[in-house]
Amino acid sequence: MSLRRPSKNQPEKFEFNSQSLEAANNIISKYPEGKQQSAVMALLYIAQRQNNNWIPLAAMKYIAKFLKMPYIKVYEVATFYTMYNLSPVGKHFIQICTTTPCMIRGANKLVEACKEKISKNECELSNDESCSWMEVECLGACVNAPMMQINDEYYEDLDKDKTLKILEKILNGETPKPGSYRGRLNNEPENNRKTLLDFKNA
Amino acid sequence: MSQKITEKHFWILKMLKDNDRIFKNLYNDMGADVVSAQKRGDWVKTEEIINKGRDWIINEIKESQLRGRGGAGFPTGLKWSFAPKEVGSRPHYLVINGDESEPGTCKDRDILRFEPHKLIEGCLIASYAVQAHICYIYIRGEYFVDGQKLQAAIDEAYEKKLIGKNASGTGWDLDIYIHYGAGAYICGEETALLESIEGKKGQPRLKPPFPALIGLYGCPTIINNVETIAVVPTILRRGGKWFASLGREKNTGTKIFCISGNVNKPCNVEEEMNIPLKQLIEVHAGGVVGGWDNLQAVIPGGSSMPLIPKDKCETLTMDFDSLMAEKSGLGTAGVVVINKDQDIIKCMARIARFYKHESCGQCTPCREGSGWMWRMLERMAKGDATKDEVNMLSDVTNQIAGHTICAFGEGSSWPVQGLLRHFKKEIEERNNLDPIVQKKNNIPYLVDQHLLEKKNA
Repeated sequence: MSLRRPSKNQPEKFEFNSQSLEAANNIISKYPEGKQQSAVMALLYIAQRQNNNWIPLAAMKYIAKFLKMPYIKVYEVATFYTMYNLSPVGKHFIQICTTTPCMIRGANKLVEACKEKISKNECELSNDESCSWMEVECLGACVNAPMMQINDEYYEDLDKDKTLKILEKILNGETPKPGSYRGRLNNEPENNRKTLLDFKNA
Repeated sequence: MSQKITEKHFWILKMLKDNDRIFKNLYNDMGADVVSAQKRGDWVKTEEIINKGRDWIINEIKESQLRGRGGAGFPTGLKWSFAPKEVGSRPHYLVINGDESEPGTCKDRDILRFEPHKLIEGCLIASYAVQAHICYIYIRGEYFVDGQKLQAAIDEAYEKKLIGKNASGTGWDLDIYIHYGAGAYICGEETALLESIEGKKGQPRLKPPFPALIGLYGCPTIINNVETIAVVPTILRRGGKWFASLGREKNTGTKIFCISGNVNKPCNVEEEMNIPLKQLIEVHAGGVVGGWDNLQAVIPGGSSMPLIPKDKCETLTMDFDSLMAEKSGLGTAGVVVINKDQDIIKCMARIARFYKHESCGQCTPCREGSGWMWRMLERMAKGDATKDEVNMLSDVTNQIAGHTICAFGEGSSWPVQGLLRHFKKEIEERNNLDPIVQKKNNIPYLVDQHLLEKKNA
């Protein structure tokens, strides 16, 4: 179990804006009547998106009222799941998978690149306060290892140089192209395809 | 050398024919939209399949001997037949488990983004078979982009009236919703997944009662893996007999294998069950980095399955039962290849760290033990452990496995047990420090004194 603490600096108030409100009501309608508590995970995501990629305690209280459930239940969920950021992270939030399949293909080089470009320690903001990085557990793209996730997108088949270039672009405010960085098609064996060849050439 | 080439050619000749592959768009050569999917045969006369009736569908799946693709390998037809025959006061639910988080596994992601219509059509057929009108697809939060692609496919299906009211003209109503997880491995456990959909923290429930009777919101619920459901339409079109003719008895059909780690061309590939591991690595994944002789060990089914050393990899075939015979398992078929350039103890220590991070904290043996295993292995990797700790570690794994609510206890201790079974010599060579305290009854850390006495353990 990972220990997760809310940030010390908390805003006093939080409210959904009209866009979030619409999204929230839309989500609640997916679940049976009286089971609106099911929407808590999605609503926490919405709050996170609205609030620069992290969830303040005020948002948890707001969501608890919104869903008519005890505040502690929302707090439990927010602290249990690791994708909810309880303290501020960079606008570009970089997550590097370092679990064994990525580790044995050199994920530590990606960590090095982040240490050079962004910040010395993980979960620390970069000098221009736009980025932060952290090591995470398996992101489920083991065939494309080593890889990292920046906000929602996956960047795959990396090495140190490629990572440095991607981070450079991010720091310059550009959006690098997600996907494989060795030019292969998704999860196919690079230049070694023995299957589904008719479809490839079609 | 020439012998090697003939062996490889023989394998290529014996390879599963493309025509028998279910996921023809595994690499997205053709596009994932509904029109391309229909060209590949999805959504063709779905109503005819459904009109053959519930019993026919379940029987056909039973005949195909399809086993769940999520790791446990439970027969799917049997699972479906556990759903109550009559819908009582409580509605039935179908839940699809797309919380793919097992290190080494990345097959469901490809289905979600490239073959979503196979999954959606499977949802319709399975929902009909278990009499559910609502289907939730649980996707891990990290796959947000892939989930959006699935959502686009669901929207397409609604638009074409393939699902929704009177889905595909069958008279059956079906609504499909996506529920995103948020980075908890444990939510891949079916009851933790249900808790998560109910908006609670993902801590597994005690079984029984099984979800087929009391599941989501206390209603009968059938939970299947993404891959399991996605192969269903093809099985019903081509017949259970066709599926059963692939692979071998009780381990039938095709399976997406994810080959990662120290191979030259890591890839996902759909192959027949019971394929030799060596063929999988040499033909599809371009061989081990540094040659076959540089192979050290293979994790055959995602991180929670015990590793298998090189000498056994020569003849190993990949299916549920033959891997079980090797005291490992097919799990999710995430093959992680580890070559001799890697420190095997360090690799396993990293896996132990993963489990320490992902334990939900509900049962003490797992919550505490996963941390113990990680810390001991880290010390063993550095050579800082004492001689007696090897047995102590083995003791700890035995006290976790089987003493927890869910299978996470086994999942976290099996890889360590596998390491101890096959690489004990390496650990002992590196860690030959004498115990800090020599007296047997006074070992200062980790294990309670009374547990050291065999009769109490």
